[in-house]
Amino acid sequence: MTSASPTRIPEPTTRYRRTGQRGINTEMLSWLFMRASGVLLVLLVLGHLFVNLWLDTGVQRIDFAFVAGKWTSPFWQTWDLLMLWLAMIHGGNGVRTIINDYARSPRTRLVLKGLLYLASTITIVLGTLVIFTFDPCPAGADPSLLPSICK
Amino acid sequence: MASAQSGTLYRGREGMWSWVAHRISGMLIFLFLLVHVLDTALVRVSPAAYNEVIGHYKLLVFGFGEIGLVGAILFHALNGLRIILVDFWSQGARRQRMLLWAVVAVWIVLMLGFVPRQLMHMFGA
Repeated sequence: MTSASPTRIPEPTTRYRRTGQRGINTEMLSWLFMRASGVLLVLLVLGHLFVNLWLDTGVQRIDFAFVAGKWTSPFWQTWDLLMLWLAMIHGGNGVRTIINDYARSPRTRLVLKGLLYLASTITIVLGTLVIFTFDPCPAGADPSLLPSICK
Repeated sequence: MASAQSGTLYRGREGMWSWVAHRISGMLIFLFLLVHVLDTALVRVSPAAYNEVIGHYKLLVFGFGEIGLVGAILFHALNGLRIILVDFWSQGARRQRMLLWAVVAVWIVLMLGFVPRQLMHMFGA
């Protein structure tokens, strides 16, 4: 007797998927991103804390001139830009997981994630614009607040 | 061994509590990050506005807050590396408890270094 649709047994080495979805497994990529960005963030954030909170007199010396001194260097601009993007996406993705875990109704999840994505996007765009449009010597500012390079 | 007395390997033990601490520290760091990008953005308003707001970070109460923030960041960083080892190191899952105590030990050493340094900055020593 032949059957129209015989039972198919997959090869033993075939990887199964818990979900029936096709295409790219975005949740796996999100899992992987958390680990890859996490390693980079350990270096970026601990370096940031070391320079800004440990060296010299720590947070006591941070003012406009200090920031200007850092951001006239492409090294720190790149450092802070990378840290901003990675930290915001890493943190936003973490909060997304928390919302998925605790917000029970689909409506609550939608609202909370909407707010999260909005706040994250605004913060990333704002931070990026600040780094790229930063002027260490703004016109009309009190000269005593500016870094020495403006003289 | 799992039993009614000791519970499972995970629930109520190091695995669960490190997960709870990872969540709480991560949430706190994210909220701080949003505020921190906003306060830094004031450099585009004016040097005076930035100095005014960043001056709050130099207050005593913020100094203690920074100790909490650094504590949260260091735990999240170290435990994050532990999670990576659990996921990718062949011995990771078997040694996850020992790894957590290593995280706690390194955290204590780093905090013993940072806290006196921060107190020196706070009290101008």
